Amino acid sequence: MSLLQISEPGQTPEPHQQKRAVGIDLGTTNSLVAAVRSGSTGTLADLQGRHILPSVVRYTESGVEVGHDAWAHAVEDSLNTVVSVKRLMGRGLKDVSTLGGVLPYQFVESDSRMPLIQTRQGAVSPVEVSAEILKVLAVRASESLGGELDGVVITVPAYFDDGQRQATKDAAKLAGLHVYRLLNEPTAAAVAYGLDEAAEGVIAVYDLGGGTFDISVLRLNKGVFEVMATGGDSALGGDDFDRVLAGWILDQAGVGHDALESSSHRAVMIEARRVKEALTDNEVVVASHGDWSGEVSRTQFDELVEPLVAKTLRSFKRALRDAGVKAPDVQEVIMVGGSTRVPLVCEKVAELAGKRPLTSIDPDRVVAMGAARQANALAGNKSADEMLLLDVIPLSLGLETMGGLMEKVIHRNTTIPVSRAQEFTTYKDGQAAMAVQVLQGERELVNDNRSLARFELRGIPPLPAGSAKIRVTFQVDADGLLSVSAEELSTGVSSSIVVKPSYGLSDDEITRMLRDSQSSAVADRDARKLREQEVEADRLSDALTIALETDGEALLNEEEFNALVVELRSLKVVRDSGDADAIKVEIEKVAKASDAFAARRMNQGIRNALSGHKIDEFKES
Amino acid sequence: MAITMTEAAARHIKDQLEKRGQGVGIRVGVRTSGCSGMAYVLEFVDRKQNGDISFEYFGVEVHSDEKSMAYLDGTELDFVKEGLNEGFQFNNPNAASECGCGESFNV
Repeated sequence: MSLLQISEPGQTPEPHQQKRAVGIDLGTTNSLVAAVRSGSTGTLADLQGRHILPSVVRYTESGVEVGHDAWAHAVEDSLNTVVSVKRLMGRGLKDVSTLGGVLPYQFVESDSRMPLIQTRQGAVSPVEVSAEILKVLAVRASESLGGELDGVVITVPAYFDDGQRQATKDAAKLAGLHVYRLLNEPTAAAVAYGLDEAAEGVIAVYDLGGGTFDISVLRLNKGVFEVMATGGDSALGGDDFDRVLAGWILDQAGVGHDALESSSHRAVMIEARRVKEALTDNEVVVASHGDWSGEVSRTQFDELVEPLVAKTLRSFKRALRDAGVKAPDVQEVIMVGGSTRVPLVCEKVAELAGKRPLTSIDPDRVVAMGAARQANALAGNKSADEMLLLDVIPLSLGLETMGGLMEKVIHRNTTIPVSRAQEFTTYKDGQAAMAVQVLQGERELVNDNRSLARFELRGIPPLPAGSAKIRVTFQVDADGLLSVSAEELSTGVSSSIVVKPSYGLSDDEITRMLRDSQSSAVADRDARKLREQEVEADRLSDALTIALETDGEALLNEEEFNALVVELRSLKVVRDSGDADAIKVEIEKVAKASDAFAARRMNQGIRNALSGHKIDEFKES
Repeated sequence: MAITMTEAAARHIKDQLEKRGQGVGIRVGVRTSGCSGMAYVLEFVDRKQNGDISFEYFGVEVHSDEKSMAYLDGTELDFVKEGLNEGFQFNNPNAASECGCGESFNV
């Protein structure tokens, strides 16, 4: 028996036409599911009235536990209880080992390149673990809405790369869900506040969670959202606030930080969190640890966490700079994540932005609620206005060109979906194949960037160097998945690749790659300049060598021939000097010296082409 | 001729109107469509229409029209919870048959 919901005037759906669509915030620590019912958006609770589902999965002797039950066993049965699986999505074993000793699981290497987690039920992949969480949320949602779900919108961090997005989609598929689309978390938050209904403007989303900080700058234009820039710190969050406060409590209590047993360490962390939360609504809170107890004022707490807050503000400013906007241009700042409840955070953000941030929607639920609104619109339940959301790619995409240089085809922060084509040519005479190495990153040299994929275009017709035209097209779809194709234009032979999830990049790595590209900008520029000259020198000496071999004796006298050989030799020496300017000068010198030779070759070519023909023949054609 | 509603229904309608921020009540009605002939209409009302037949229960206005009343007379609007699912239900004495899911009916 289906139960009815109240519709907007004139919008009662046809019977059986109401689509059941929900938004899912698949978080590192907690997950939520939300839906639009009777025109208002809300998160859905389980039978016990709990909205938040801890993102914890435990493999028991008899089955699988998800959420609160699994979390209760996280410590005693840590090997079989998977927490924070989101950090492993789309990652290779190599990436996982760099996450440090925080993960207690035993990993098993697998063919799929994603590491498997060894549990008592055998090895499970992060995708399978995520699917378990999604299944529980889906069951809750279909029970709440009275039927099978037609589709879902799942949120992902804006910095998630192709591999991590694909892994998330795979998890949904495994859970039997139809994914309308993945949506960036900051974009979802903006949708939750209904900012999509405003005309236009720049919006910043400040997301300070338990362990991560993300800042995103969005632009809204004629109802279209566009992510202009993202930034943040994957190792900064509310837990760090707890840590500094815990340190302060230990100092006051006269206890050394190192002498702590793990149980009393946990106790002081829990106490710090309690005090922090209580300070949101109180000016002074009594803290205690062991025999010690004392007062903590909000002013003292503010002083302790001020450096951490300042760090987030620096990321904020950098994102604004990346987006090319100034603080006063930002019309709204949205607060996401439980840690934004700390009054100092709100104050400082308000100070920087010059306006009060939006906090009216529960910062823990705002992302799921935005996803629900988007799901509702995509399901077709919202008839009138179509919501179109755009995202950006976090790092530039390009390919390797001669000399180990990275040629960017799509620049970072370009909105997706996007398709860009660029023409390339062959480097050698008669070159029949071309390798396309797909790269991601901001640096100038291939080695400093990340290789995503590699494929070959074969069957290029034999043509002189530089005559073949090969169009390489980069396409990124709405979910951020990349496909690259190469086509030789005269024959139409083509080859392509879809970049499959392999290794993921952490936001740490992305941050590092961006930082490196800034700090090594000058070195990179010089390296590129040098490589370009070296490539040009090689091209010239190859061409000249071939020309001398074929036509040198016929077209040059001995003196001229020897002069060019000398030039060629000195070009080869200077080419290895590592001095871009010197190579450039030498190239110009050789080019000039060989000008006359080149002109004679051209004349001879024309003469050969014309000889034996009458003028009339050329007129005809 | 009358349509009634339970207190639970009235309370939920009030909540929804409050969340929505505007509207004077709800409209109930029928229209021809659906797999069993007729389908219920349940919508917010921003402005009362000419010729509306109106009732008030527990401080909530219910509007309908003459044509719908022919099918709805004696109907009670209820708000029910079935496990996690919750929503409105028409208890309509005129309905001779309903489709399996209850979204449409025949008189």
